[in-house]
Amino acid sequence: MKKYIAMLLVLVMALSLAACGGEEAAPTTEATTEATTEATIEATTEATEAEATVLSHEEYIAAEMDTEVTVETYVQAHQSWWDGKVTVYCQSPDGAYFLYNLTCTEEDAEKLVPGTKIRVTGYKTEWSGEVEIMDGTFEFVEDGDTYIAEALDVTEMLVSEDLIDHQNEFVSFTGLTVEAANENGDAFLYNWDGSGQEGTDSDLYFDASLNGETYTFVIEYYLCDETSEVYQAVQNLKVGDVINMEGFLYWYEGMQPHITAITVAE
Amino acid sequence: MKRLLCLLLALAGALTLAGCHGSREQSGFTVPETFDTTRDYEITFWAKNDTNMTQVEIYKQAIEDFQALYPNITVNLRLYTDYGKIYNDVITNISTGTTPDVCVTYPDHIATYLTGENTVVPLDDLFTHEKYGLGGSALAYDGPTLEQIIPQFLTECEFAGYHYAIPYMRSTEACYVNKTYVEKLGYTLPETLTWDFIWEVSEAAMAKDGEGNFLVNGQKVLIPFIYKSTDNMMIQMLKQLDEGYSTSAGEIQLFNDTTREILYTLADQAGKETFSTFKLVGYPANFLNAGQCIFAVDSTAGATWMGSQAPLIDIAKDKLVDFETVVMTVPQFDPENPQMISQGPSLCIFNKEDPQQVLASWLFAQYLLTNEVQIAYSQTEGYVPVTSKAQESGEYQDYLSRRGEDNDLYYSVKIDAVNLLLNNTEHTFVTPVFNGSASLRNAAGQLIENVTKSVRRKQTVDDGYIQDLFQEVTDLYRLDQVESSGGKQDLGPLPAASKALLLGLGLCWAGLLAWALRDAKRKGKG
Repeated sequence: MKKYIAMLLVLVMALSLAACGGEEAAPTTEATTEATTEATIEATTEATEAEATVLSHEEYIAAEMDTEVTVETYVQAHQSWWDGKVTVYCQSPDGAYFLYNLTCTEEDAEKLVPGTKIRVTGYKTEWSGEVEIMDGTFEFVEDGDTYIAEALDVTEMLVSEDLIDHQNEFVSFTGLTVEAANENGDAFLYNWDGSGQEGTDSDLYFDASLNGETYTFVIEYYLCDETSEVYQAVQNLKVGDVINMEGFLYWYEGMQPHITAITVAE
Repeated sequence: MKRLLCLLLALAGALTLAGCHGSREQSGFTVPETFDTTRDYEITFWAKNDTNMTQVEIYKQAIEDFQALYPNITVNLRLYTDYGKIYNDVITNISTGTTPDVCVTYPDHIATYLTGENTVVPLDDLFTHEKYGLGGSALAYDGPTLEQIIPQFLTECEFAGYHYAIPYMRSTEACYVNKTYVEKLGYTLPETLTWDFIWEVSEAAMAKDGEGNFLVNGQKVLIPFIYKSTDNMMIQMLKQLDEGYSTSAGEIQLFNDTTREILYTLADQAGKETFSTFKLVGYPANFLNAGQCIFAVDSTAGATWMGSQAPLIDIAKDKLVDFETVVMTVPQFDPENPQMISQGPSLCIFNKEDPQQVLASWLFAQYLLTNEVQIAYSQTEGYVPVTSKAQESGEYQDYLSRRGEDNDLYYSVKIDAVNLLLNNTEHTFVTPVFNGSASLRNAAGQLIENVTKSVRRKQTVDDGYIQDLFQEVTDLYRLDQVESSGGKQDLGPLPAASKALLLGLGLCWAGLLAWALRDAKRKGKG
């Protein structure tokens, strides 16, 4: 009898503990998936309904705004997946594309590794000067080749009106000097004016100059978070540092590159 | 040994019952008689700012001043610039029992937080507490009384019969108008903007010269009317037309014939390229300041970005165009009976095991209603203080009277935006709050976004399209799963773990009963 009672006790206590599981969880700010997630995900890996004409980059640039476009291109990087969407930086040998909030499952997002060839259909749109493909869906191009873009050095083009021709491309900047980002002499800010904070998914903003002109650069948190080398490198920047950078030539009311790598010159 | 076993059985039974409730659910909060100042408290404050460094500095100063008054309370500030991010983080931390102590929030979001038992503290007992309540005798600062909180703003924080928040700042939406262009087009601004006026002027503005430049601005780009928050747009249009949106019981009324008519009107204007939205083209302020927009609707809390002399500018200086900015109420269907949304941050307090900790949180939250904080924060944007104590103070009245003295603290457009709300408080309204109201709000905006987008993409917007859109948006935001409080909720079958738990509980009590019977039988024999 004692054995049965002991077994009963063990069972009941085990059930009690199971019900209490995870009691001492640490604070977390991990993203919660909103209720809309499942409803919005479409089967992006399936073939599109009809084979659309695949545009070259030149044809894409020539296409009118708000028209449906299809392009084949290669993933260079992407921001973190969220709620059935992912924002992807893509480039082909003839030009680059910014795919804003592409419909994507979390599983497929993990397959969007640099170099992967995808076929994208969406609408060409402009938002504050950034030309992008919006409301897009995609499929992987099976047996497609791969392509990873070499960074194009656009340092000499910084003052040129032609710079916009390289919008969204993977580019580099060399020999720029870090300038104070505010009156306090900080080398970088959490958010554009310092109103953010470490640990709250804040983008980093910093200024760097060349030949008397100052430009603003961004570490986009959802592309390179606080665990990334570039985020930490910017947190360690000092005013006066001479730096070399790589990143994507994003546009917001003018050039505002999303930097992915930074080195302080010797 | 038997006694020990009985004790263990009873203990196990008690553990089982405790396990059913889960460790993350709190017991209800009871206001302590006295605040124990012999102990130290550490509270977390999740604060939202409008990506505005001055607001951050005001939060920090408020904390410093509060801690000087209450040296045993340490306030840890966590900064956010997005209500949605706070909402997501709170939801995550409710499940792990690690919510903040005080949090800036929207009432719609609190409705979701309340799905956890005793998660958010109802504040009514705290309001009226003699010592620590609003204007209480034991407060270390001069806070407002209950009567000094603007009643309309306080009511916005009441639902399900309790106040779950206190208002912190209030704003509304305003239409920032390029008066120079309106007059150039041959029109005179009416006292109150109407939708008909907006559409008429916007259509007149679309005239171009032979080279494709708009006559009114000489540029290739012009979107006469841009709306920032399309959820507010739909909500206000329905309210102005006295049409249903939702009931306080959670019944959804959004998908009605008036909504259809509104969408057809907007589709027509989008087709004429007179109207677009923030999500589709960018910030209204940037277009307004570049002379590429005539009517820009945004929050009064965005006033410091509006106008060619605005203290905050997001476009290159060489793109700025000089014009006169006028701040007007959002367009109306009935100018004699204007209706506009009331919005802005509120503060809620999360329940904790230790009532003293909750009381410390309340003392801090209440401190944010003092004149020092209210006036300073309201001056950062087109916000209005939520207390008559602050609004009627000499300091605040002096601030308002110095409109236009500079383009910074006394920026005329910002103070005009404040006056717009102060003069129209009785014309503001809020939407009912229930679990799902945040999703419904998103859905209202999505209808406008989709229609506008579709027209731009040369798709046909007809009855079939709108019917499909209603269904699509219903599915997207799972509105068919929103439970009206008048209905009966089907919780579905018990999960397997719960069944096992109940079975264990039954076995436990059966064992106890069997043991007691056997014991009694033996005693009887003895």
